[in-house]
Amino acid sequence: MRSHDVMPDMDLYQPIQVEDAVALAGRLGSRGWLLGGGQDTYGWLKDRAKTADAMIDLNGIESLRGISETADGIEIGALTTLTEIATNPLINARYSLLSSAAGRVASPQIRNAGTLGGNVSQDVRCWYYRRGLDCYRAGGNLCYADTPEGMNREHALFGASRCVAVNPSDTAPALVALEASMVINSVDGERVISAEDYFVGPAIDIENTTALRVGEILTAVRIPATWANATFYFEKVADRNVWDFALVSMAVAMRVSGDTIQESRFVCGGVECKPRRLLEVEDAVRGRSHDASTTELVASYASRGARPLAHNQYKAPLMNNLVRRAIETV
Amino acid sequence: MNPKITRRRFIKGVIYSASAAASGAGVYVATAASNRSNGAVERLISINVNGRTRRVDVLPQETLAHTLRYRLNLTGTKLACNRGECGACTVMIDNVANYSCSLLTHQVKGREVTTVEGLRAADGTLHPVQQAFIEELSPQCGFCTPGQVVSAAALLIANPNPTREEARQGLSGNLCRCGAYDHYLNGVMRAAELIA
Repeated sequence: MRSHDVMPDMDLYQPIQVEDAVALAGRLGSRGWLLGGGQDTYGWLKDRAKTADAMIDLNGIESLRGISETADGIEIGALTTLTEIATNPLINARYSLLSSAAGRVASPQIRNAGTLGGNVSQDVRCWYYRRGLDCYRAGGNLCYADTPEGMNREHALFGASRCVAVNPSDTAPALVALEASMVINSVDGERVISAEDYFVGPAIDIENTTALRVGEILTAVRIPATWANATFYFEKVADRNVWDFALVSMAVAMRVSGDTIQESRFVCGGVECKPRRLLEVEDAVRGRSHDASTTELVASYASRGARPLAHNQYKAPLMNNLVRRAIETV
Repeated sequence: MNPKITRRRFIKGVIYSASAAASGAGVYVATAASNRSNGAVERLISINVNGRTRRVDVLPQETLAHTLRYRLNLTGTKLACNRGECGACTVMIDNVANYSCSLLTHQVKGREVTTVEGLRAADGTLHPVQQAFIEELSPQCGFCTPGQVVSAAALLIANPNPTREEARQGLSGNLCRCGAYDHYLNGVMRAAELIA
């Protein structure tokens, strides 16, 4: 029977236990393709820009779903949908930064299918790369975006190394701001790394946006109580409010006492191949009031060191203005 | 050849007898080509569509939109972008709106699929959303309408009395190239009144 669907012929595994999924991922290696909500996957497959022999569909593994309280915060199964995260009472009460970010992903239908694990593990959106061109990220030896004629309005200001693509995830900056950690399983056991180390730039690994290695599965995200009930600010700037990826996003967690910002985490999305922590801003606002006097001083720190391409200079003042808003809005 | 034994039925029969022998493993594997060996999920599966159990022969990589349109002949579900960027293929899975172009049919085993064909009552009475869309002249060219209807129906299940802004958000995953958005919103608000 010939398929007239645009999906390429592939095998499908539907494990119902984590152990089986991990064993499959180990056995298939790079011939296997982990499938969560699939909202990044099907584009690659239908466009024939990437493929694999088999999909490992993780959706049947019930233990990877759901949100639970732990001794120190909460644990979110990697297969929990973005809609569940955006509407979960516990997350809304304590970590509304994450629910705000999850609620701004793509469209309602994509949030209904898309998972947290998939959102943080998705590939970059550089259209040259997604078109299947043989750029650095695809194993080739040139970049089509960072050229005088290249369409690089959405590309990186920081951390470029041959590749200038940015991490498109909306939840990633929020998780870095909340000091989340990522639980990763493989046949070799479990390892836990911080969200900050989970996302990697092209200088470290040009073919992957995360530290996830072949054969490994992200099984859960843990959020410590460190920033529970803090003062949060999330804003995503995109061309359209639905579907589009962030041009720049800003996820901020602050501990404010009276008028004074005591501690903060400023994390910016859409400007680097990993969520960018604005350490200079964090240092500068410590002990200062959250008003215009502070923003005059610190806003320009946000984009310090930016190396704009031909068409993305606008992102630098956008970063500064989002920092300004974050400080003055709280 | 006996006209009642079509090629499709004959092949289905062969596959059914083979898969019955292969089932029972803890890990299900669907196999695209018959010569791939490493264990196999049944390709002939049952899915629940519009309240009926349908036996259907589904390739491992097949999307639900494809199964609905080309195997079950439920062509009310439209395929437009086929990339999760337009909403024309929206169906409900367990009363939640999903893009059927971006979902594998094998993932809806054991779940309830509702397409635009399944919304009206058994006696033919239109769903309140359908009735309201007619009364408000919501569709223009009509191609995105099935997706809009299903999204609106799913919204009203989750939130029977939405504000206009909530309705806007609820239907924001459905493009209308005619730009009839306000008319659809009028329809959703009227449907909410009909349900109340």
